[in-house]
Amino acid sequence: MTNEVFSVLDDDGNVLHPEHEPTIAPEDLLRIYRGMLLVRLMDERMLRLQRQGRLGFYMTSTGEEATHFGGAYPLRDSDWIFPSYREPGAAFWRGYGLREFICQLMGNAEDPIKGRQMPVHHSVRRINYVSISSPVGTQIPQAVGVAHAAKIRKRDDVALVYFGEGGTSTGAFHVALNFAGVFKLPVIFFCRNNGWAISTARERQTAARTFAAKAVAYGLPGVRVDGNEVLAIVSVMNQALARARGGAGATLIEAVTYRRGAHSSSDDPSVYRDPSEPKKWEHHDPIGRFQRYLERRGLMTAQLQKQLQEEIGGQITAALKSAEAVPGKPPIETMFADVFAHVPPHLLEQLEQLQQAPRSESTHH
Amino acid sequence: MPVMNMIQAVNDALKLEMRRDDRVVVLGEDIGKFGGVFRATSGLYEEFGADRVIDTPLAEAGIIGSAIGMALYGLRPVPEIQFADFIYPAYDQIVNELAKFRYRSGGQYAAPVVIRTPYGGGIRGGHYHSQSPEAYFVHTPGLKVVIPSNPYDAKGLLLSAIRDEDPILFMEPKRIYRAARGEVPEDDYTVPLGKAHLVRAGTQVTVLAYGAMLHVVGEATEKLVEQGLDPEVIDLRTLLPLDTETVIESVKKTGRAVVVHEAPRTCGFGAELSALIMEKAFLHLEAPVARVTGFDTPFPYTLENEYLPDAARIADAIRRTVEY
Repeated sequence: MTNEVFSVLDDDGNVLHPEHEPTIAPEDLLRIYRGMLLVRLMDERMLRLQRQGRLGFYMTSTGEEATHFGGAYPLRDSDWIFPSYREPGAAFWRGYGLREFICQLMGNAEDPIKGRQMPVHHSVRRINYVSISSPVGTQIPQAVGVAHAAKIRKRDDVALVYFGEGGTSTGAFHVALNFAGVFKLPVIFFCRNNGWAISTARERQTAARTFAAKAVAYGLPGVRVDGNEVLAIVSVMNQALARARGGAGATLIEAVTYRRGAHSSSDDPSVYRDPSEPKKWEHHDPIGRFQRYLERRGLMTAQLQKQLQEEIGGQITAALKSAEAVPGKPPIETMFADVFAHVPPHLLEQLEQLQQAPRSESTHH
Repeated sequence: MPVMNMIQAVNDALKLEMRRDDRVVVLGEDIGKFGGVFRATSGLYEEFGADRVIDTPLAEAGIIGSAIGMALYGLRPVPEIQFADFIYPAYDQIVNELAKFRYRSGGQYAAPVVIRTPYGGGIRGGHYHSQSPEAYFVHTPGLKVVIPSNPYDAKGLLLSAIRDEDPILFMEPKRIYRAARGEVPEDDYTVPLGKAHLVRAGTQVTVLAYGAMLHVVGEATEKLVEQGLDPEVIDLRTLLPLDTETVIESVKKTGRAVVVHEAPRTCGFGAELSALIMEKAFLHLEAPVARVTGFDTPFPYTLENEYLPDAARIADAIRRTVEY
């Protein structure tokens, strides 16, 4: 255990530690780059939409995109991802569609979760991307349960669970790491230490020198990795996965990064933090660093970058148009479905009452 | 047919289902080699091993949180919360997570977890070993709440619960864990969820109860019957979904109702029953619905017999309601 933050690349994309550079096929390197760019461009567009009043709410990941792909890329499809609310790239990596993503944000009639949750609370079972919950940290013991079940069933699936550094202050974090340590479970705890939990600075979450250090008390290894450097994250993920699949148990990864944007579209960081702080982190931008690495390897050119940007921009536009063309909200009976496997009599009665009740004009809009 | 007490019936159901379905696992504090503080999981560790009978660290949120994950993965976990009074550290995992997985994921995920927990007073357990927190959970959309009152129902309802697709809080009246005895088939059988049980047919008044209170109601009505009264007694068995039809049909017939529970009165389940009766049988009512309940105080240690509804208090309420 050290306090050092592990990087493979420097800010200019030079390889600092060739011995730790993960072996990744060139087409996968480009897919990872493309994915990070997609998240960046999607965030820009959706935040703009929110400002125009076309979306109720949004949360960006600007500067943290490497954590999405560094976490998701090394997994197998049968591994599970328990996201918090700032890892949409991990879902895109596994095939979540742009149109479904936007329909969820809009809560429209084709929202995969039927308008049941606020924007960014995605749920994509077909890719083992578990339903997002707003209360921080609640998903951590659930991921431990998936890992426990995999172990009981003697399958070597692994659960990856994301949370912010604020999440480490919750009781759920403690019980989860404790269970994982006691039962030696195949779970990877991925802490995105982005410095801020809404307006609360990292120093208010712990007096420990690092978040990775918390692993010690649970008998787990804790590693600190450069959260703005996707190759470094892949490298520590590979080690954690080998450990998990080999039956040796869990790992706590602290990815040191920075939340360059606001917590959400409802937040205003100028009230609580020095605007020069996010500026400083622009130099460590995960996409820029990875792009320079790809350029050095001859896999990326300015022209290809521009082409990708246009292509992704076009795809977002097409998905957005298609999502905005979906007429109306989910039908009223969907409010009463899925509370239970079968709609019980008292809910059928309440649905009938609602259908027959007079409604104010404003309720329809 | 063997005679069993409640504990043996619960234990029998767990054994039967664990033999039948290898997805069923039990987890909780002291439930393994020790067999649980009330012995409900006795013998399971020896038969099914440490993988399926899991002694956990002392953390209710971890027990329920990991049970949710196990269910998402395809297991059928049956966690035990040692006393219902200790369930609150897991409250968020139960009401916001477990109960909402199906709904919030648009029907993609289900978490069929059955939480077993002993509840209720009468064992000289004071505030932290006597509470009846059922109303908190009945108020939670997405959760079913089941409370058996006898060994036969305990086994049949627990088997139904474990085979159900929804998360269930299965509350066991610990006061009658050993006192309630009865014939229980060794075979596989189920008692359906959402169906009340007519314990005694009568004409003058409907008495609604569940769990340990059924036995106190029985004591009260026995005396009243000797005195010539004719009460109808219904064991609700499932609080949610409630068998509204049986309740309302009975009240329409008798025109009077008395509701009995141990939990505090304000916003207790009796309040819901009273409102339902008022909404659905108002014109049949000959008397106001009476509630015989615990009081709106913390559960007391020394004065627990004064706190709990006893046969005299219940009999008095029934008589007053009949004579109203």
